[in-house]
Amino acid sequence: MTLLAQIPPLQIPDIAWSAISPELVLFGVGILALLLDTAGPQRLQASFLVFGFAAAGAGYIALSTEQSVLPGLVGLAALGQFALTAIWRDRPRLLSALLAALGFAGAIGVTTWQWGAYSGRLVGADAATFVGTDSLLGGMVAVDGVALFTRVTVCLAGLVTVPLSFAYAEERRIHRGEYYPLLLFAATGMTLLASSADFIMVFIAIEVLSLSLYILAGFAKRDLNSQEAALKYFLLGAFSSALLLYGIALVYGVTGSTNIAEAGRAFSSLDAPQGMAVAAMALLIVGFGFKTAIVPFHMWTPDVYQGAPTPITGFMAAATKAAAFAAFLRVFVGAFAPLQWSWTPVLWVLAALTMLAGAILAVVQNDVKRMLGYSAVAHAGYVLIGFVAVNRAGVSGVLVYLLIYTFMSLGSFGVLALLERRNHKAMAIDDLRGLGRRDPVPAGMLALFLLSLAGIPGTAGFVAKFAVFRAGIEAGHAALVVIAVVSSVIAAFFYIRVIVAMFMEDVPEGVAAEAPLAPSTGMSAGIAFSAAVMVAFGTVLPFLLVDLADQAATFVS
Amino acid sequence: MIVPAGHYLVLAAALFTVGVVGVLVRRNLIVMFMCIELMLNSVNLTLVTFSRVNGNLDGQVLSFFVMVVAAAEVTVGLALIVNLFRLKASADADDVDALRS
Repeated sequence: MTLLAQIPPLQIPDIAWSAISPELVLFGVGILALLLDTAGPQRLQASFLVFGFAAAGAGYIALSTEQSVLPGLVGLAALGQFALTAIWRDRPRLLSALLAALGFAGAIGVTTWQWGAYSGRLVGADAATFVGTDSLLGGMVAVDGVALFTRVTVCLAGLVTVPLSFAYAEERRIHRGEYYPLLLFAATGMTLLASSADFIMVFIAIEVLSLSLYILAGFAKRDLNSQEAALKYFLLGAFSSALLLYGIALVYGVTGSTNIAEAGRAFSSLDAPQGMAVAAMALLIVGFGFKTAIVPFHMWTPDVYQGAPTPITGFMAAATKAAAFAAFLRVFVGAFAPLQWSWTPVLWVLAALTMLAGAILAVVQNDVKRMLGYSAVAHAGYVLIGFVAVNRAGVSGVLVYLLIYTFMSLGSFGVLALLERRNHKAMAIDDLRGLGRRDPVPAGMLALFLLSLAGIPGTAGFVAKFAVFRAGIEAGHAALVVIAVVSSVIAAFFYIRVIVAMFMEDVPEGVAAEAPLAPSTGMSAGIAFSAAVMVAFGTVLPFLLVDLADQAATFVS
Repeated sequence: MIVPAGHYLVLAAALFTVGVVGVLVRRNLIVMFMCIELMLNSVNLTLVTFSRVNGNLDGQVLSFFVMVVAAAEVTVGLALIVNLFRLKASADADDVDALRS
């Protein structure tokens, strides 16, 4: 007894769970969807068990801390999932998709709450505990404007991907239970990556999102193209992670810390430029370059985008890029700011190469998905302009670009998924001939997304390009902006070639007897939503979006 | 006998180079995958050495995470390679060339 009395009472650390609440929502819903799928016919019992545990936990919290909002929400969510399971217990895929959509919506809601606390509009008791500091969860997580904006971008991408996937996956017979959970886990990794303030977290988040995406890219188990895409993505992704990790190890060796901000402070107190620091930087550029598909680390992009299931391609192109660019920015602005003289020229050259190579290689493609893959490479180059500018306008431009690109990418790949449903094969540009006559609405939607990707004034793509070009000019990189304009002109050629094929060429012989397109509700909703956002940001709301991104373009330091 | 830290770092760098060259040169998918694992483990050695030099534990913590991630990567990677082998009866990277237009 005396021995027991000598042990001091346990200090329970104060963990700011609210800092990672969107991730907790996404991850929790992912586990729940996986559980309900595994439970099979006992779905309802499993759901009731979850409800019971969640309600008991919420009740305990409510009684012990006298809070009512959080336990109330948890209880409501638990009741909601039980009700959904009860209604759709015989349609597991629909249930899974609904849960995933609600999970993404919930994560957006939680992020909005965090944004309210961050921007000071929401004054609450615990608002100050998790924002504007880089010492959350042991210095692992930073909740700042860039993190919050990217979280919303990623969750919006997921929210659009779910309805786009439903009928497509059903038709290709790849609608298995892991699909939506993996999508949620990938989004968890992406949101974590966007808010990671420590190299350990950067590595883990990249792996969480990559491992989920490797499986999703190879989700069509019997389709050789899909398997090849997954394998190439896996090998090159693992290779690039290893390079990134070696860069992290060298940073740790030079600075003695894995925290990004602390590493930055250590770098600024270095006397002379060290070879090891420069090598670390080069390795990190290669690692992030693979994830963001920058030339010359883009070799996997066209193959993977062509082979993966089409809605997944859209999600990968949009959300992965957003998350990886957020982390790329945070690492280079946070840790390598003292060495800016050395990485700005490198990224300048990479941006120029990426824009030109992406656009030129896209011109010679025949497969539409592959063409859009190369165009995704070119778009990574435009984003890099904002990165090279490094000023606040540049960061804001990157955020705007990635949000708008999300909808352009998901919209165009969504229409392609719709067309693939009928043709049951990959789409070449010739297959699109005369589409505007037969199916004017999908063709018009695709034309809208392509014009936006080309950056025609009046579309959202123009707003995005304008934001990064303005930042580039302000930072004195006029030559880079000229290269970007040249690249945009080349790119406009192949986007408009598709539009010409759709509207101005005749239907080829022998195809006229095809059945008309039968868009599903989910696909129509996803495409229409993307198109509506496109039009809104292109015409009415661009200033709202740019203002929001300007406010968000800050890092904690 | 005391081995200086530099020796460990050089050994790790050499192992890492062997891994990189292996991925780029070899064409058997399993061997390429093994070379990636070699790269990850050489990073582990680097991290542990730096952890010792710097006198804090961050590097060792990261090296544990690397091991866990490497295990998860093996699961996914071998599943993909085995499935491809079922479809094509080949584990050669040069045979995987359907995606060209």
